[in-house]
Amino acid sequence: MKRGERITNSILEGGLKLSALLAIFLIFLIFIFIFKEALPIFTNPGVRSEVDLRDLFASSVWQPVSDHPRFSLLPLFLGTLKLSLIAILFATPLALGAAIFTAEFAPRALKETIKPGIEILAGIPSVVMGAFALLTLASVLQGIFGWTMRLNAVNAGIALGLAIVPTIYSVADDALRAVPGSFREAAYALGSRRNQAIFRVIIPVALPGIFAGFMLGLGRAIGETMIVLLASGNAAILSLDPALSTRSFSATIAAELGEVVFGSTHYAVLFFIGALLFVITFIINLIANLVVERFKVRLAGVA
Amino acid sequence: MEDKGINPWVSTEYSQPEYVRMIENIHALNENLIVRVEDFSLFYGDKPALKRINLSIKKNRVTAIIGPSGCGKSTLLRAFNRMNDLIPNVRIEGRILIDGEDICKKDTDLVALRRKVGMVFQKPNPFPMSIYENVAFGLKIAGEKDRARLDQLVEKSLRQAALWDEAGDILDRSALTLSGGQQQRLCLARALVIEPEIILMDEPASALDPISTAKLEALIYSLKKDYTIVIVTHNMQQAARVADYTAFLLLGELVEYDETRKIFTNPTDKRTEDYITGRFG
Ligand SMILES: Nc1ncnc2c1ncn2[C@@H]1O[C@H](COP(=O)(O)OP(=O)(O)OP(=O)(O)O)[C@@H](O)[C@H]1O
Ligand SMILES: [Mg+2]
Repeated sequence: MKRGERITNSILEGGLKLSALLAIFLIFLIFIFIFKEALPIFTNPGVRSEVDLRDLFASSVWQPVSDHPRFSLLPLFLGTLKLSLIAILFATPLALGAAIFTAEFAPRALKETIKPGIEILAGIPSVVMGAFALLTLASVLQGIFGWTMRLNAVNAGIALGLAIVPTIYSVADDALRAVPGSFREAAYALGSRRNQAIFRVIIPVALPGIFAGFMLGLGRAIGETMIVLLASGNAAILSLDPALSTRSFSATIAAELGEVVFGSTHYAVLFFIGALLFVITFIINLIANLVVERFKVRLAGVA
Repeated sequence: MEDKGINPWVSTEYSQPEYVRMIENIHALNENLIVRVEDFSLFYGDKPALKRINLSIKKNRVTAIIGPSGCGKSTLLRAFNRMNDLIPNVRIEGRILIDGEDICKKDTDLVALRRKVGMVFQKPNPFPMSIYENVAFGLKIAGEKDRARLDQLVEKSLRQAALWDEAGDILDRSALTLSGGQQQRLCLARALVIEPEIILMDEPASALDPISTAKLEALIYSLKKDYTIVIVTHNMQQAARVADYTAFLLLGELVEYDETRKIFTNPTDKRTEDYITGRFG
């Protein structure tokens, strides 16, 4: 290697390393910032007199703006849970079905239509998806089920589900394609029919990857804000009933952070919710990544 | 009819007993021939990979296919269980008869064919499941549910594949925890469990160390009393050690096919001689 080339290389390498470190550092900064703003809940006596940790998890009402503000996270937690559950229940079968179909069954022409189609779905801004749920989907669902609350957890959950279909689909599709051809060959050579090769060998082998897609979808569903804000009705009701209006963690932050008094108890609680979301999605993504890593290592051992 | 000598049906030159003996010979020959390849050609797209191959494979014998890389050994082997069907744009001509039946027909039952003609691949490819599930796979997909019978057949094949002593106590362990040589014997057990008649092996020892290779070769030798084995190998010593018959392929053509001893000591074709003496390939 020539000297000039070597210098260019090391500059390039150094630059890349620097940008990677910078990205990690920035994420770390954001993390610090969020926790710093949430800290008064634990330290500030004034804030602690209005809300202590027990209230956050034990009481049942979220009423941050009133003479006697109440800060229970339970209805929000339940709302988030309901919404992500519905989203996942709606999206997973759809995304997996599509992934299995395109990876294994579809003739090439059809494959080349479905894949970009689903990828376009990923490109729809969530505000558009939210508006669709708010204006159209809600009416359709109400027409079918006759719910009294037009905007509810099912409505928002389904829209959320549509938004996470591409995430689950593309990871699952990759996982299915990553299954080494040698397994497929072994299955056929033993006299498998196509269904048997797919359902007894290929899908079980790809399962960790499929699971990772599911986790990433879940992470997105929990963090997704705009759709929920528009389509769920946003009432913080402590109930498991999916036909009632619902408020999630993320939508709460989006709706209230604009008007909250800087440094107030409400402000600190909102940041506490932010920190909570951060941790939850971090853990979910971490699990997904660990599973994918193990999956790759396992396949590398045999492929 | 010009060619009286070849066609006994119209011949007047044979006495009755001679004629009968001849027919019997033909029958005996047919009994022992399990595979007949007749004018078989295979194309990947427009590119010919096998050109008008003719050969017959004897029952309960080990037949080796040798030849330089890219000459079509794997392609020929995979024609016997129609694995080339998995590759798009493959076209074939000619016939391959197995037990007298043309397996190249459109309506051939591929599941039945592949249960009759098992295969062991170049790289060990056990499924990422337990050892037991790997061996039982072929039975389960055929609908076998009786646990006792599964247990019994799994043990039998593991013994046949000389793996029972090492793996009999750890049947629930992942197959991927086995060594390469053990994995390859597991793949053999997995193929044996459905009791095929023919076992195809595509360079089964190329990923194995010398000791595992020796074990596998001993195994091949012991299996031929129950099975017909066709093995592709790059290793000429290996062909000489295990095979009764050897076919030499070159650029998609069958150059020479004979008893292994003959091929390695006194080949008819100059190209065979050049190859086995290492002058090219
Ligand atoms: N899937 C495929 N598509 C197109 N051409 C192929 C394909 N598989 C094999 N071929 C070609 O067919 C010819 C024979 O290949 P084959 O794999 O049968 O050779 P081989 O004798 O087994 O070689 P090796 O000893 O390297 O395994 C080669 O020229 C190869 O390039
Ligand atoms: Mg080959």
